[in-house]
Amino acid sequence: MKKIIYLLFSTALLSGVISAQVLINGAGATFPYPVYSKWFNQYHQKSGNIQINYQSQGSGAGIRQVTEGTVDFGASDGPMTDDQLKQFQAKRGSAILHFPTVMGADVMAYNVVGVSKELNFTPEAIAGIFLGKIKKWNDPELAKANPGVKLPGSDIVVVHRSDGSGTTYVFVDYLSKVSKEWETKVGRGTSVNWPVGLGGKGNEGVAGQIKQIPNSIGYIELIYAIQNKMAYGNVRNAAAKFIKASTASVSAAAAGAVKEMPDDFRVSITNAPGKDSYPISSFTWLLIPARIHDQAKKKALVDFLHWMLDNDAQATAEALDYARLPKAVVAKEIKAISKIQ
Amino acid sequence: MPTSTSIADRARPIERARSFVARLRGGDEVAHSLTFLAAASIVFVTGWLVLELFWNSALSRHQFGWSFLTTQVWDPVAGQFGALPFIYGTLITSALALLQAIPLGVGAAIFLSELAPARVSDGLTFLIELLAAVPSVIYGLLGVFVLIPFLKTVEPAIRASLGFLPFFQGPFYGVSVLAAGFVLAVMIVPFIISISREVLMAVPGDQREAAMALGATKWEATWDIVVPFARKGIVGSIFLALARSLGETMAVTMVIGNDPKIHASLFAPGYSIASVIANEFTEATGDLYVHALIELGLVLFALTFIINGLARLLILSTTRKGSS
Repeated sequence: MKKIIYLLFSTALLSGVISAQVLINGAGATFPYPVYSKWFNQYHQKSGNIQINYQSQGSGAGIRQVTEGTVDFGASDGPMTDDQLKQFQAKRGSAILHFPTVMGADVMAYNVVGVSKELNFTPEAIAGIFLGKIKKWNDPELAKANPGVKLPGSDIVVVHRSDGSGTTYVFVDYLSKVSKEWETKVGRGTSVNWPVGLGGKGNEGVAGQIKQIPNSIGYIELIYAIQNKMAYGNVRNAAAKFIKASTASVSAAAAGAVKEMPDDFRVSITNAPGKDSYPISSFTWLLIPARIHDQAKKKALVDFLHWMLDNDAQATAEALDYARLPKAVVAKEIKAISKIQ
Repeated sequence: MPTSTSIADRARPIERARSFVARLRGGDEVAHSLTFLAAASIVFVTGWLVLELFWNSALSRHQFGWSFLTTQVWDPVAGQFGALPFIYGTLITSALALLQAIPLGVGAAIFLSELAPARVSDGLTFLIELLAAVPSVIYGLLGVFVLIPFLKTVEPAIRASLGFLPFFQGPFYGVSVLAAGFVLAVMIVPFIISISREVLMAVPGDQREAAMALGATKWEATWDIVVPFARKGIVGSIFLALARSLGETMAVTMVIGNDPKIHASLFAPGYSIASVIANEFTEATGDLYVHALIELGLVLFALTFIINGLARLLILSTTRKGSS
């Protein structure tokens, strides 16, 4: 009798495991939210029983939540720092892996009275403007990069993000690479102590202020600029060529950086080498624990990563104006997936 | 019920128990405990809130001590946090808002309760209460797209007439402390009108009649008798409005310019406590940074507490003179 009950019980348990919904929770960056929600939805339809729930609460919240173990995976627009990796190791007892998913970029948007031509920006000009050292639009540094454009002698009004964001991180990371002074005086972070300028909340806040304030300049996420048909300038890249931001030139930046890419993908691709690379580009990452105890969840996440790196899913991302991962990065990531235990 | 308790006190225990049961059956005891629980839960939630804010800001409190309140640098990268620009921005925008909202709100409330025909008063009050229900992000949008362009057109006139004051100097980009003060004023006026009107209407009619019987004009009766009689309630409405403006987040962050520096000029951008928390909390990395933001929450709580306490003292000290 006991045996029969035991048998019944175990089969019930087993069948429960097989047919059960696998529910996975994630949280993090807001920038990739549109493509993630589309991906997770498509993947749910394809797999039938895997439901991935993603809350776009910001990169910082994503890192905190995955470290506390309140979600199964995190997502971030900036790689985790060494300290954060150590903290994760201490709290969760395993490493955490970074997987680039798509790419984005920051563009220089401006509103200069009387100038309709696309402007060119050197790294020195951008750093100078945001440090508050270049104060007028007709500064020699700007004039030299824009021959034939009649720049006004009016004051430059700088607009930056007021909310902490990955967009800011990418921008100040770029400035830290091209300007020693920026690196020592301001540094990198999702929010920084801006030497000059007004703060706008979100891309829409910055874009709105640029539209309203004559002779202003600010940085905006590429996708926001594309979808809202905003004009933006070209930026001189590491190969000394002025490049316009596009999904192609952003992918090129990742391809240019792949040679020096570490195995954990914690790398910034700002100011990447390559003549077609747009210099203010960045990955966005999924943060996945290297050891997942729940086998069903582990299998689901591994399968999802393979599916996401595949051509169709990347094409979905491109249709939403995200830059897709170059083939070399995809190949490298497929190798890294096997590290999940 | 002072008599029933004194009887119960004198009674023997068994009778006391019986009377408790009787009172329980009568519903008094149930009502007493339920309402007591309701009141206690508010004290409990408030106390808990303060404790949580206190515990979760430990790192920042230990690192900066009281200098957190007096330093002006807010640098998340270097781990330097000072709250002064945010405290200043919160106080100055709320003060600006009250400066405009009090005369407007109290004036409108007096008109609606004392002077306007009942039908006009009810209709307008309905509209005003609708205003109080508008989400703050809508006020923010109106600030960005209507108020700021308007301020830009009147700015040269302000500069020409008042430009000698330090409050109206320096470049004006639209987003500014001044714009935040205006938006907040519009947001809090409905609170002042709506509550003040109720309070004024609750003033007993014989107060008015007595004043008029002594030969007061309608306005004298209103201003010298009715308004002082309702003063406590009017001041209460003002402090409810102030509490809302101190804690307002979305609308302020959209129009204030989010610049953590203290400028004398109202044309310059600023920052408020609630705005910086909303802006930076989600992306805050590092424990010290998070703790500093939570300490800002604690500071805002303390600020509200102190201002409300001062307000109560003010009411007490003025009512003791017997003017009302």
